[in-house]
Amino acid sequence: MNTKKIAWNAFSDVLAFAGSLVGLVVGLIFAIGGRDDVIMFHGWVFAAASAAAALYLFVRMIEGDGEPDETGYFDAPIRFATIATLFWGVIGFLVGDIIAWQLAFPVLNLDLPWTNFGRLRPVHTSAVVFAFGGNALIATSLYVVQRTCRARMAGRWSPWFLVWGYQLFIVLAASGYVLGVTQSKEYAEPEWYVDIWLTIIWVVYLLIFLGTMARRKEPHIYVANWFFLAFIVTVAMLHIINNAAIPVSFLGSKSYSLYTGVQDAMTQWWYGHNAVGFFLTAGFLGMMYYFVPKRAERPVYSYRLSIVHFWSLIFLYIWAGPHHLYYTALPDWAQTLGMTFSIMLWMPSWGGMINGLMTLSGAWDKLRTDPVIRMLVVSVAFYGMSTFEGPLMAVKAVNSLSHYTDWTIGHVHSGALGWVGFVSFGAIYCLVPWLWGRKGLYSLRLVEWHFWVSTLGILLYITAMWVSGILQGLMWRAYDSLGFLEYSFVESVEAMHPFYIIRATGGLLFVIGSLLMVWNVWRTIRGDASLDMEDQPRIAAAPELRELPAMTRPVPAE
Amino acid sequence: MKYLTVVAITQSLALLFFIFLFAVVLTYVFWPGNKSKFDRAARIPLDTDEAAARNRKS
Repeated sequence: MNTKKIAWNAFSDVLAFAGSLVGLVVGLIFAIGGRDDVIMFHGWVFAAASAAAALYLFVRMIEGDGEPDETGYFDAPIRFATIATLFWGVIGFLVGDIIAWQLAFPVLNLDLPWTNFGRLRPVHTSAVVFAFGGNALIATSLYVVQRTCRARMAGRWSPWFLVWGYQLFIVLAASGYVLGVTQSKEYAEPEWYVDIWLTIIWVVYLLIFLGTMARRKEPHIYVANWFFLAFIVTVAMLHIINNAAIPVSFLGSKSYSLYTGVQDAMTQWWYGHNAVGFFLTAGFLGMMYYFVPKRAERPVYSYRLSIVHFWSLIFLYIWAGPHHLYYTALPDWAQTLGMTFSIMLWMPSWGGMINGLMTLSGAWDKLRTDPVIRMLVVSVAFYGMSTFEGPLMAVKAVNSLSHYTDWTIGHVHSGALGWVGFVSFGAIYCLVPWLWGRKGLYSLRLVEWHFWVSTLGILLYITAMWVSGILQGLMWRAYDSLGFLEYSFVESVEAMHPFYIIRATGGLLFVIGSLLMVWNVWRTIRGDASLDMEDQPRIAAAPELRELPAMTRPVPAE
Repeated sequence: MKYLTVVAITQSLALLFFIFLFAVVLTYVFWPGNKSKFDRAARIPLDTDEAAARNRKS
């Protein structure tokens, strides 16, 4: 290490230490001066986290760095985010299944404020989208950008700040929901001070990503990085605009949105739909474009198509939000605009799906032998299915039947469990041996079990919701010969009961699948001898342990 | 100018702008000179990490 590097490291140590002291002071101000119990509690949590960071940094400054490895990649924060993905995944799926049982048996609300459906639902949605999905995206994006740019991740402490700060955001958000602090915007429930914290973290994330790309030795920016970058930039924009609010007081948790009426609704669903479009789609497409070709050991079917896919997807998605507000005070032209763009989204979505699936062409046998690639490919199939269903439901006439019914819930979960869940599981099954330097997974058979148990769970879930959603929609719009409603609302609620039990059973299978995964990953990380190494493809091993390919395949002509 | 007139003009301009952008993307994608670049780019995930790992060991 040269002197410039040492000076630079010392500077960043001092900066990180000072930053954690500032965090400690801010936390203590809220802890002592807070205007309500929840913000005081959050102040203590924030102060404790900052103090722990300061203590750790202080020890590191005295003892110095253990391993001065500057040649390879910077993977330790990625390993942490991978474990966090599984941790929050299990919690998020479990809370989701609990509230599914609550819908079937309301007594499970326990008559307590902290455990009722209204407070637990945002815990579920935030845990699966932001905690599970977010950590999966952080882990994979930072892994992929380093490999495809052939550059070490930028930053010394900032990646650690990103991954730990993000967990702190999740803890603050979720504990706030349970204690009744929410700004009541769907998928944007955290209050103003938690939003500010997330903004800081997200800007750091963007800087790390850009900084790594700026160091790249590979001149071309691989398509996965384009998708990851679009995800990071757009989520920053959505988050800041939708959460613009004025706090009632500087030390109180309550705030009021800057927008009112239909503008508020439109801003919220512009945010809400693009959380789906950029968080749950663009980011995970980045994952697809790296892990599917990598695991299949084939280049992506058409690189040209991937570029058209990228630009058309990001230019169309951003306009689809109004389809959440049909038959409301939103101007008619805006509703039609939302519908038109939703239908046009069919094209890039299916282009991307075809590109992902056809990457397997000539290697379809791997679907039979490698459950990890099967998981990845089935996720792409679910992506195709739910992006077919979405535009269909965005047709105004269809929406008049489907809106406010369980069909929407089923649609979201075929995307969330099938696409986002499976592509993340597949990516993590790839990543764990690669990141921890293992020759393969502990057990490929367990992946097989995970795949089938979860797939069965998803199918139970979405079929139950299709039936119950359409049943609901039809019951609500049924009139008798005198023009009166045929059914009271509560009759439709009663009719849902069997489907809610089927749905919750499907969710339970999905939870069980995720527990199998945790067991498998834990044994792999521990370095236990694999049960079925001979069945695993060579690509399952960490790069430095991989056998050379049996023969060098020619580049397939396009 | 009426509200609906503004809506009609902006929508028409946006339509033309989007068609133009799409044409730019398609031109870039199908430009014959770019083919070799894209073929190479498609292999980036396959070629990088093992080579890097081998270089580190040697």
